[in-house]
Amino acid sequence: MPDSKPTQNAIEVRNLDFYYGNFKGLKNVNLDIAEHRVTAFIGPSGCGKSTLLRTLNRMYSLYPGQRAEGEINFYGQNILEKGQDLNLLRAQIGMVFQKPTPFPMSIYDNIAFGVRLYENLSKSDMDDRVESALTKAAIWNEVKDKLGQSGLSLSGGQQQRLCIARTVAVKPKVILLDEPTSALDPISTAKVEELVSELKKEYTVAIVTHNMQQAARVSDFTAYMYLGELMEFGVTEQIFLKPSRQETEDYITGRFG
Amino acid sequence: MAMNMNHALYRRRRLANLWGMVTSMLAMTLGLVVLLWILFILFSNGFAALDWNIVSQDTPAPGTEGGGLRNAIVGSLLMVGLSVLVATPVGILAGIYLTEFGDQSKTAALTRFVTDIMLSAPSITIGLFVYAIAVATVGRFSGYAGSLALTLIAVPVVMRTTENMLRLVPGSLREAAFALGAPRWKVSLSVTLRAAKSGVITGVLLAIARISGETAPLLFTALNNQFFNDDMSKPMANLPVVIFQFAMSPYENWIRLAWGGALLITLTVLVLNILARVFFRDKTTS
Repeated sequence: MPDSKPTQNAIEVRNLDFYYGNFKGLKNVNLDIAEHRVTAFIGPSGCGKSTLLRTLNRMYSLYPGQRAEGEINFYGQNILEKGQDLNLLRAQIGMVFQKPTPFPMSIYDNIAFGVRLYENLSKSDMDDRVESALTKAAIWNEVKDKLGQSGLSLSGGQQQRLCIARTVAVKPKVILLDEPTSALDPISTAKVEELVSELKKEYTVAIVTHNMQQAARVSDFTAYMYLGELMEFGVTEQIFLKPSRQETEDYITGRFG
Repeated sequence: MAMNMNHALYRRRRLANLWGMVTSMLAMTLGLVVLLWILFILFSNGFAALDWNIVSQDTPAPGTEGGGLRNAIVGSLLMVGLSVLVATPVGILAGIYLTEFGDQSKTAALTRFVTDIMLSAPSITIGLFVYAIAVATVGRFSGYAGSLALTLIAVPVVMRTTENMLRLVPGSLREAAFALGAPRWKVSLSVTLRAAKSGVITGVLLAIARISGETAPLLFTALNNQFFNDDMSKPMANLPVVIFQFAMSPYENWIRLAWGGALLITLTVLVLNILARVFFRDKTTS
C-alpha cells in the first residue's frame, strides 16, 4: 500500500529553527511533504516531532514566547511570513490531536461547527456534508441514528474518529495527526490506521507517532528526528530496511530510545 | 524482630489516624451544629410569620397588627433581578477576557488584583461609594442606586468563578477549535464557554445568593419604603433593610415579620446553593 512515487510537494520546510523562549526546539530542519502521501515523524520523546507538526499550522502562535524562523512553503506560500491569516491557514491545514477532543455539543454540531465558519450551506447540503465526513472517517454507521447526542457520549475510539471527521468536513488540503492513536485501544487504533491510508487519496497527511510499526504500516515517507534535528528522511521502506545512519537503525531496532 | 518494630510503628500510625479522625469529626460537628442551630432558631421564630399575608400585604405601620412584606419582597426581587441582568454578561465577558484574551497581559493582572480587592471589600464601603456617586449627586435614594451597589458586589463573583471555570477547560479543546480555523471569539463563546457552562451558571447562582442577603450596600442607596413601589427611581423597600429596621423595633408585630423575612431570605439562599450544587454535579458527571 505504501506509495513512494514522488508527487508535487504540498509543504516544503526550509532551514526551520524553532524556539521555546531561549530553548531551541528545532535546528535547521529541511523536509518536503508530498501531496497525497503519508509522511510520518518518528523519534524519541522530546525530539521535536510534535513541535515540527505544530509549526505546520502555526498552532504555536497561540503561545507567546514560541517562534519559528526559516520558511515553510505551503503550495509556494511562506506561512511563517508576517500578516498570514492564521484562521484561513488552519482551515486548510487541519489537525487531530493525541487525546480525542470532541466539542461539548451534538455529534452533528461537532462536524458542522468548522464547516459553518467558512461556508454558508443549506440544511440539506449541511446534512450531506456531515454524512460524507462521518462516512470518510468510518464512523457513520455507528452514529447515524444518534446525531443529536452529545459527542462526549461516544467511546474514546469513536471520539477520535469524530475528530477526524470534523477535520475532514472543512475540506482541508493537509491533515496533521499528532499521535492520533496513543490514547486508543488496539481495535480503535487499527480502525484509525486504516482510515489514514484511506485519507491520503484525497488529502496530504503528516502523522507523528511513537509507534514504529505504525509508521511502517501507514506511511510512505518517514522522518527520523533526534534532539531537534532531522536525522534522516526518506522513503519509509528505505528508512526501516536499510537506514543510512547508525542512529536511525539503533532507534528503529529498539536499541535506543 | 523486624515484625515487632513494624508492629510498634503500625500502632503509632493507628493512634495518629484515630486522633486525626476524632478531631476532624469534632470540627465537622461544630460547624454543622452551628448551622442547624441557626436554621432551628430561624424556623422556630419565623415559621409562624410565613403565611399568605406575607406576600400579599405591604409592611404595616408601627404599632399596628397584620401586614406582610410584599413591598420588600418585590423591591428585593427587582433590585437583585436588575443586578443579575447586568452583572451576568459583564462578569462572564470579563472572565472570558481574563482567560482567553488578556491572560498574561498587565491589564489582566491589574484586573485580577482589583477584582480580588472588590471581592473582599466590606460591602458597606461599596454602599458608601454608590451613595456618593448615585445618591448624593441626584439628591434622591433610589432602587437603581441599590441595584448598582448590588451589581458592584455581584460582578467580581461572577467574573472570578467564570475565570476559574474556564481555566479548568483543557487547552487541547481550545487548540482543537483553533485547528479548524475558528477565530478566537468563536472559540471562546462556542467551545470554551460552552464546556464550562454549568460551572459558570453555578457562579451566577452563588452571586445571586450573595447579593440577596446584603444589607449594608442598600442602607444608604435604596433606603427603604413603607409603601408598595415598583418605580426603581424612587426609594425602595427591600428585605434586608426591612429586617434590620423591624428587628430593632419595639413592636412585636414588626419583630415577627423580621423573623419571617430572615427565614425567607435564608430559604432562598439555601435553594440557590442547592441548585448550584445540582448544576455543578451535572457538569462533573457528564
